[in-house]
Amino acid sequence: MSALLGLLRKEVYHILRDRRTLTVLVLLPVVQVVLFGYSIRTDVTDVRLAIVDPHPDATTLALRDRFMASGVFRVIAVLPSERALDPLFRTDTVQVAIEFEPSFGERLARGEAAQLLVISDASEPNSGTARQSYVAAVVQQYESERTRTRGGIRIVTEARSRFNPTRASTNLFVPGLMALVLNIISALMTALSLTREKETGTLEALLVSPLRPWQIIVGKVAPYLAIGFVSVLLVLAEAKLVFHVPVRGSVTLLLAEGLLFILVALALGILISARTSSQRVAMMAAMMATMLPTQILSGFIFPLESMPRALQWLSNVVPAKWFVLIARGIMLKGVGLSVLWPQTLALAAMALVLMVAASRSFSARLQ
Amino acid sequence: MRARLPDLPFIRRTLVLARAEVLHVVRDRATLVQIIMLPLVQLLVLSNATTFAIRQTPIWVVDQDRSSVSRGLVSRLGASGYFRVEGASTSPEPANDAMLRGRATMVLTIPADFARELVRSGSDAVHLDVNAEKGSAAGVVQSYAAQIIASYARELDAELHPRVDAPRRGGGRIETVMRAWFNPTLDYKHFMVPGILVALVTMIGTLVTAQNIAREKEMGTIEQLNVTPITKAQFITAKLLPFWVLALFDLALGLLVGKLVFGVPVRGSLLLLFASAGIYLVVALAIGLWISTMVETQQQAMFVTFFLLMIYLLMGGLFTPVDSMPRWVQLLSELNPIRHFAAIMRGILMKGAGLAEIARPLGILTLYAAAMLTLAIRRYRKQTA
Repeated sequence: MSALLGLLRKEVYHILRDRRTLTVLVLLPVVQVVLFGYSIRTDVTDVRLAIVDPHPDATTLALRDRFMASGVFRVIAVLPSERALDPLFRTDTVQVAIEFEPSFGERLARGEAAQLLVISDASEPNSGTARQSYVAAVVQQYESERTRTRGGIRIVTEARSRFNPTRASTNLFVPGLMALVLNIISALMTALSLTREKETGTLEALLVSPLRPWQIIVGKVAPYLAIGFVSVLLVLAEAKLVFHVPVRGSVTLLLAEGLLFILVALALGILISARTSSQRVAMMAAMMATMLPTQILSGFIFPLESMPRALQWLSNVVPAKWFVLIARGIMLKGVGLSVLWPQTLALAAMALVLMVAASRSFSARLQ
Repeated sequence: MRARLPDLPFIRRTLVLARAEVLHVVRDRATLVQIIMLPLVQLLVLSNATTFAIRQTPIWVVDQDRSSVSRGLVSRLGASGYFRVEGASTSPEPANDAMLRGRATMVLTIPADFARELVRSGSDAVHLDVNAEKGSAAGVVQSYAAQIIASYARELDAELHPRVDAPRRGGGRIETVMRAWFNPTLDYKHFMVPGILVALVTMIGTLVTAQNIAREKEMGTIEQLNVTPITKAQFITAKLLPFWVLALFDLALGLLVGKLVFGVPVRGSLLLLFASAGIYLVVALAIGLWISTMVETQQQAMFVTFFLLMIYLLMGGLFTPVDSMPRWVQLLSELNPIRHFAAIMRGILMKGAGLAEIARPLGILTLYAAAMLTLAIRRYRKQTA
C-alpha cells in the first residue's frame, strides 16, 4: 500500500511540476464550452431570399411585402427571370427563392389557381426544409387573410415544449457539450501516460518495483480524477452563470455522475495507453476513439432516434451518450436516480470493464 | 552517406529525408493502419449517423375520447412514417412517465368528447407535448404532427360538408410548388460525407505533423538534424511532403467510397477539387508544424492539436450551419480553414460550382497557406538558432 502511495506522490509531482500543461488541462474545457455554447445552434433565422417576379402587379407586391415584413427573410435580390438564380445559389448568396408565374395577380382575380414556385437550397436538408416551411407559412397566412373562409371543421393544435419551453439552443447543447469536452480531455490525460514510460524506458523501473499492475493503473488514474473533477465544477458553474442553463434536479447527484463519467473516460485513456507501444499510435487511437464518435454518436447534435438501428445499438458503447442523457435528465427534466439508474449503471459497468481490461492487458506485458 | 550529402543537389537531399519519413511510417504497421483504415471505417459508419431526418419518432397517445374520430387521428399519425405509437393510455400519468424516461418524444392528448365537440361547434383542440430536450428535432416533430392533424381536419370536413361551391369562394388559390435544389432526395449523406471527409483529412494531417516533430524534439534526434547541412526549407519540405501525399490519398480513397457506397454526387470538376485540397492541406499541415514549434513534448503537442481541431470541427459548419451562429461567431469562423474548405467541397460536389464560384474561399485558403507556412518556418528557425 505504501508503494502505491509513493507512486501516487510521484504522479502528483509530475503533474504539478509541468504548470503549463496543468493550466491547459483545467482551462481547456472552460474555454471550449463557452465557444461551442455560443456557436452550436441549429435555429434557422435570417434566411437569404431571392424573388423572381417577371410581371409585378398589386398582388405580387403585396405578397413580397409580407416576406419582407416577416422578420425571417432578408431579400437579397429581386430578379425579372430565373436565369440569374443559379450562380446566386452556387455561391451561397441566396438560400431560398420564390418565383411568381407571369400573370400571377390576374389569374387569382379570375378565380384560377396561380402558381408560386419555391426553390430551396437543400444541400443541407434540415435547413432546406425549414426554409420551405417558412415560405409556406407566409403564403398560408396571406391566403387565409385574403379568403376568410367560413369555419369548416378545424382541429386546433395546442403545442407545448416540455423541459425547454423557449427551445433555447443553449439549454439543449450545453449539457451535451459538457459531456463532449470532459470526455475528450479526460481520455487524453491518461492516453499517453504509460506509453510515454514505455518509449522513454522508465516503465522497466516501475515493473521491477513491488507494485501490482492494478496499483500502477490506479496510481496513474487517481491524480487526474482530481483535475477532472475541478473541470466538472468549473464547466457546471459556467453552464449556470454564462448560459443560464437550469439545474432542476440535484446538484450533488450531477457532480457524482460527472465524477463517474470522468472515471470512464480516464479508464478508456489508460486502456489505450496499456495496449499501444508508441505515443504516435496512442494519440491516433485516442483521437479516433473520442473525437468523431463522441461528437456524432452521443446524440448531442444528431438525434439518436434518426439513426439506423445498428448505429443506435453501437451508440451504447459510447460513454458520452449515457452522460448526455444523465446531464439533460438532471438539468432540464429534474429527474433523479429513480429514473436515471440504467444510465448510471451503464457508466459504472464501463468504468469497471475498462479498468479491468487495462490492468489485464498491462499484466500480460509483464511476462 | 553523411559525408556525401553536401554534394547532392537541393531536390535530392530533400527527397532522401522525405524517404526516411516515408519509411518511418510504412515500417510501423499500426500507424499505417490508423492513417488509412480508421478514417475509412469512420467515414463508412459515421456518415449514417449524421442525420436530422425524422422517422419513427416514438409518441404516446392519451385518448380520453375513444371515438372513431380520435382513433382515425392516431392512425393517420402512425401511417405517416414519421411517428411510431409507443404506448397509449387514458390517463396522463403513464405518458408523463414515458416522457421522463425518454421513451416517448411527444405526447398527444385528445380530450373527452372530442368527436362530439367537433360535430357540434366545428372546432376543438388536441394537445401536443413535445420533449424539447431532443434538440432541433422537437420543432420538426411538432410541425409534422400539426400538418398531419390539419390535413385530417380537412378530410373530416370534406366528409361532413361536401361542398359544391368550393372553387368559386374568394377567387383562386395560390398553389405553392416546392423544389429542393442540389439534393432533391434530401439525403443527408450527400451533405455529410464531404464534411466528414474534411474532418478526417484535417485530423490526420495536423496531428501527424505536430506529433512528428515534437517526437524528434523529445528524443533529441532533432539536434542531429540541426547539425547537418540541411536547410530549413529542405527540412520543412521533407517533413511535410509525405504526409501531404498521404492525406491527399486518404481524400481520394474517401471520395471513392463516398461515390460508390453513398452515391455522393460529383457535379463539378475533380481537378479543381484536388487542387483546392492540395492548398488546403498545406494549411492543415503548416498548422501542425506551427504547433510542434511551440511545444516540447508529444503530450503537449496532442493537447494543443486537439484543442484547435475541436474548435475547427465544431465551429466550421460541418455539423451545424454557420448561418445559425451568432454574428460574432460567424466573423470569427472566417479564420477557420475548415469552414472554407467545407464550402469548397460541398460547392464543387453538390452544386457543381466552378472556379469563379469558389474564388472567395479558395483565395482565403491560399492566403492562409502562405501565412501559416511563413509563420511556422520563422518560428522553427528561432528554435534551432
